[in-house]
Amino acid sequence: MGDMPEMGEGVSGRRDDARVILEARGVTKCYHLGEVDVHALRGVDLSICDGRMLSLMGPSGSGKSTLMHIIGLLDRPTEGSVIVEGEEVSRMSPNELAAVRNHRIGFVFQSFNLLARTSALANVELPLVYAGVSGSERARRAREALERVGLGDRLGHLPNQLSGGEQQRVAIARALVTEPSIVLADEPTGNLDSISGHEVMAILQELNIHGITVVLVTHDDSVARHAERIVRIRDGLVVGDERVTERISAADQRDAVAEETGGGRA
Amino acid sequence: MNFVESIRIALRALGANKVRSGLTMLGVIIGVAAVILLVAIGTGVQDEITGSIEGLGSNLIFVFAGNFEEGPGGGGPGGRSVRQFSVEDADLLQRRLGSEHVVVPVVQGPLTLRVGNRTMRTTVAAANENAGEVFGGDYVGGRRYRRSEVSASARVIVLGATVRDRLFPNQDPVGETMSVNGQRFTVIGYVAAQGGSLTGDQDNQVYMPISTAQRLLGTTDVGLIAVKAATADDVEGLQRRIRQALTPRFGDEFTVFTQEQTLGLFQQILGTLTFMLAGIAGISLLVGGIGIMNIMLVSVSERTREIGIRKAVGARTYDIMSQFVIEAVTLSVVGGVVGIALGAAGAAVLTRWVPTEVTVWAVALAFTFSAGVGIFFGVYPAYKASRLDPIEALRYE
Repeated sequence: MGDMPEMGEGVSGRRDDARVILEARGVTKCYHLGEVDVHALRGVDLSICDGRMLSLMGPSGSGKSTLMHIIGLLDRPTEGSVIVEGEEVSRMSPNELAAVRNHRIGFVFQSFNLLARTSALANVELPLVYAGVSGSERARRAREALERVGLGDRLGHLPNQLSGGEQQRVAIARALVTEPSIVLADEPTGNLDSISGHEVMAILQELNIHGITVVLVTHDDSVARHAERIVRIRDGLVVGDERVTERISAADQRDAVAEETGGGRA
Repeated sequence: MNFVESIRIALRALGANKVRSGLTMLGVIIGVAAVILLVAIGTGVQDEITGSIEGLGSNLIFVFAGNFEEGPGGGGPGGRSVRQFSVEDADLLQRRLGSEHVVVPVVQGPLTLRVGNRTMRTTVAAANENAGEVFGGDYVGGRRYRRSEVSASARVIVLGATVRDRLFPNQDPVGETMSVNGQRFTVIGYVAAQGGSLTGDQDNQVYMPISTAQRLLGTTDVGLIAVKAATADDVEGLQRRIRQALTPRFGDEFTVFTQEQTLGLFQQILGTLTFMLAGIAGISLLVGGIGIMNIMLVSVSERTREIGIRKAVGARTYDIMSQFVIEAVTLSVVGGVVGIALGAAGAAVLTRWVPTEVTVWAVALAFTFSAGVGIFFGVYPAYKASRLDPIEALRYE
């Protein structure tokens, strides 16, 4: 399985000059549930180039989230290897993996995963705390990150004082505060209304424009088409890899909705 | 992440659950306070009794009838077969030992006192005219009984402070008469308050010539013979001479205690008692520690998701471990400090009724133990938390 030719960039074909930042080779994941072995991934090869925006798409149970967890170093593959910026990480110790996650990868989850009873600022500071950044520097960078997602006036708010969209934006600020090379977003709009969803997608697209590699995991075609490339997953295998022809701009959508509602009121 | 950050995170987590943190600490607080208080009482009582024995002078020897060293079967004090001393035995000793040493036979027994319509039961401690050599007591008013009164079995009485206050409130009792077991006595003096001692409450006592007391109690027995050596260096030789003098009459049915032996005995008993009290208190501290472990385990499973989030953004095993260990240690150390303060305050209040002394070693022990309890019972939950797989922890509902 591990020796399969690389599908990823090979199929979509273009811009082969770009550096591969994240690579999965022959990745399998097997769970033992009682006496049954569940094969969540059955040999996946995937290459993600620096600065691109990619969607991992598939129905629930397809293994797309498992794949994201493995390339995000939250989980280990049963077989195969994961290479981040040229470095084989599959055999790293938990602490080494933690350091890679801390410096190079940002996560955005469907359920936000903010620390409760902790201010937006402190939530965004968290990765910097573990990176060993000093207190004042931490606060400055966290404030900048929150301003970047448009929450400069919500620094002291607790998660339960923020709307879902705002919470997700705090989560994005937390993901980008360490200036990672990759942001992994697992159904980032899954718990949001459509307007908040457009905002969140607009921020992710904006990050991508500024050079951050973004990986979206979604079952929703309209979300997936915000990326430039869609990798389709089914039953633990890559079944399709295509370029998005009519890429959606979340900013346009957001402005269109704003115009509609604004016009309706007037 | 540095240590200061770990402390900040731990304190924030404890602050978020104030009631739970407080109740957990309560276990440690009670344990530590109990250790401090019980050890303080044990030490205080030990010191006071030691002091009161030492106060009698280090050159005292006590001789009791009966062999105390043979154990319970050997006819201890009060054993029926034991032959008691008499005043003649004391006189014999005095003659044998020479006049530079003082021999005082002592009789103790219960009495009923009455003045007008006031009645009270108390104890008499009766001796010969040399009583003052052996037993302290500052005379506030009046005088001691004299040799002539001892030989004449005169009905004279000296009152302890409590007795005087009860029977002659706001009045000088010297020269007054009173009824003792129905007989008329004249009060010749009274002594200052002295506090407790090994023979009981010395203030709730009266003193009179030994011959008078023997007649009142209907006995010729002498409870014990006290010998005061001229100097402390004579004690050992004197002990041997006392044995030589009494063996022909009593065989081995008597026991000679030096002040030092008595002291050693009491210290041994009270020391054991103190350790026992500390042990009991230690158990409650242990229970408090298990409470900490319980709460930390609950806290770990409750915060599994939080641990997952922290790990996802880059927390290492050590970061999670130290966070939870610091939480546990903070609970136990703060609990320990509060417990020490509470125990010391309690000891200060109790001093009005029971002698107490807060010792450094008890404080050090309680503090070390409570900090140790925190580390010991905090490490396992913290280890459990630190080993969580990030993705498992994130999925946890």
